[in-house]
Amino acid sequence: MAKLIIPTPLRKFTENQPSISSSGNTVGEAITTLAETYPELKKHLFDEGGKLRSFVRVYVGDEDIKALDNEATTVDEQSVISIIPAIAGGSY
Amino acid sequence: MDNKSTIHIAPEALTVMNKDAEEAYPNECCGFFYGHIDGEGKRHVSYAAPVINSKDGDQRRRFEISPLDYMKAENYALEQGLTLLGVYHSHPNHPARPSIHDLKQAVPFFSYIIISVHEDGIRASTSWLLNEDIGEFEEETVTGI
Repeated sequence: MAKLIIPTPLRKFTENQPSISSSGNTVGEAITTLAETYPELKKHLFDEGGKLRSFVRVYVGDEDIKALDNEATTVDEQSVISIIPAIAGGSY
Repeated sequence: MDNKSTIHIAPEALTVMNKDAEEAYPNECCGFFYGHIDGEGKRHVSYAAPVINSKDGDQRRRFEISPLDYMKAENYALEQGLTLLGVYHSHPNHPARPSIHDLKQAVPFFSYIIISVHEDGIRASTSWLLNEDIGEFEEETVTGI
């Protein structure tokens, strides 16, 4: 059961809970379990192909999963998985 | 019935955002703001904090906030018992209206404060909220400015 940190913009889909324990041995499993528990989250996390959306970043502790094993990164009870929306924009 | 969202910005928070926009000019500034939502759904911004524009490339028309800075902002809100209400950024030499790039990256719930800044200073500040049903921004009523 890793701990998942839910970003403020998505908390309305998790009954306003800022963090949720989710079962799974990998980042991908933990996030999939989360999305199954809170189905409205799914479209914000995964694209039509079932891949994590490009605007969603995932960190385990302070490490980007892209620098680890992506969604296959292993997690345990001590792991803190942060779901982070990409924040960007511009004037024109 | 007018369902337009209202956001009130405390003077201290407004000062922080405006100063950031002027100091970063001609580049875009960016940062987070925090506060609470009252029982009627009105948003109250009590505190704003600049964040480094981490965009690689032309910062005169783009901004980006690093994931680590985002995590710090969420942690700060939890520690202080505040709500992370949204993101501000400036539009140097451009109107305080969201661009297509702003819309593409918009997330639910957050207010997006946009500050139009020119060489002679701040021209306008507006705030926008994503309407997920239609995939467009809706302007909020801003008080306190």
